Order: sequence, then C-alpha cells, then structure tokens
Amino acid sequence: MDSNADLFKALGDATRRVILDELSAQDGQTLFEICGRLAMKHDVASTRQAISQHLAVLEGAGLVHTRRQGRYKYHHLDTAPLRAIAERWPLDRRE
Amino acid sequence: MIRINVTSVFVDDQAKALAFYTDKLGFIKKNDVPLGEARWLTVVSPADPDGVELLLEPDGHPAARPFKDAIAADGIPYTSFAVDDVFAEVERLKGLGVTFTQEPTDMGPVVTAVLDDTCGNLIQIAAMKPA
Repeated sequence: MDSNADLFKALGDATRRVILDELSAQDGQTLFEICGRLAMKHDVASTRQAISQHLAVLEGAGLVHTRRQGRYKYHHLDTAPLRAIAERWPLDRRE
Repeated sequence: MIRINVTSVFVDDQAKALAFYTDKLGFIKKNDVPLGEARWLTVVSPADPDGVELLLEPDGHPAARPFKDAIAADGIPYTSFAVDDVFAEVERLKGLGVTFTQEPTDMGPVVTAVLDDTCGNLIQIAAMKPA
C-alpha cells in the first residue's frame, strides 16, 4: 500500500499549499499571521478554525512543526517529507 | 450623537502598563484617578491629546486571564494602533527592547506587525499604504 498517504493528502488541497507557500516565504508564524496572509493576500475566506485544522493535517504529514516560545505558538515549515517523493520518482533517470 | 471616547486593554499591572505604553509606545498619560482598589488610568496619543483615550484596565476578573492567554497563544492581537511607518516603528521599538511575534508584513493594502505589551497582550501596529 501507499506508505505516504498522509503526505499526498496534505498536499492535495489548495489552501494547504498556500499555507506552505507563505511559511516558505516567512518561516515561524503564529496562527494569526497565517490567517492574515491567507485572507489579505490570497482571498481565502476560511475561518480561523478551518485554517487550524489545515495546519493539523500538515503537521500530521510532518510538513509543519509547531514550537512554543513563551506564551506563543509558532508554525514552521519542514520540507523533509518531500524527499520521499523525489526518491520514489527520481528527477533524473537518464543514466 | 454617540461617539467613542475611551477604549481599553486588560493589563496585569497598571504601573507596569503605564511605563510600557508611555516610555516604549510613546503615549502620554491623560487621566490617573484612584478608583476603588485600582486607578482610572488612561493614555492618549501625543498626535491627538484630546482624542480617544486608552484605558489601562486591571485584568483581575477570573475570566480575563484565560481569555488573554488563549488569544495570545494563537498570536491574535487584542487591539490595533496606527503608525505612519510600520518598518521604522518596529526598528525603533526593537531598539527599546520590545518583542514582536510578527515581523512587519505586507498584507496587501496594509502593512502590519504584532508586539508583546508585557502586560499579557499582543498589540498590532498598522499603516495603510498610500492609495
């Protein structure tokens, strides 16, 4: 069976891909900042709760890690799981 | 006609809050009147000393602190103040030791940043871009 089902599910949603884009542009964001960027820059109309659930899916796939610093929670991008995709279907097979 | 003359933030310590909101943010003290066990303590912007007052209100109600903690954990500011230039203001405030949970960010029509007021709140500062 497919060993990376969580990863592909996480990537298979436009809002979640935009979240990854914004974390790629600025790593370490609060939920408030992520929601602000999605609403103001991408016209994403989702509720804060819905964004929070998207983040949970991304975290479940290992693409996002959360870090508590003092009273605040920050979200960080982790692209390491994407390596599995490149290893499964290598980019350069001409050899 | 009804109008807004005062708004408030819940602070964990009024003396500490007065120092932060004046010495760091740059507001000036407007009213300081003993009221029960606390003070009716307000600040105003030097740009508008007769304008809206910000009440530094004690957060002693048992519901206030759990509320503050919950919204702060998600990075949500309690209120927002206007500045002319967010980037310059963040530089100035960082020089005074102020902590930010959100760096200056271009949000399309507006630039915003979020700071920690040391009294349990996050505060957004914002500047509309020239049209």
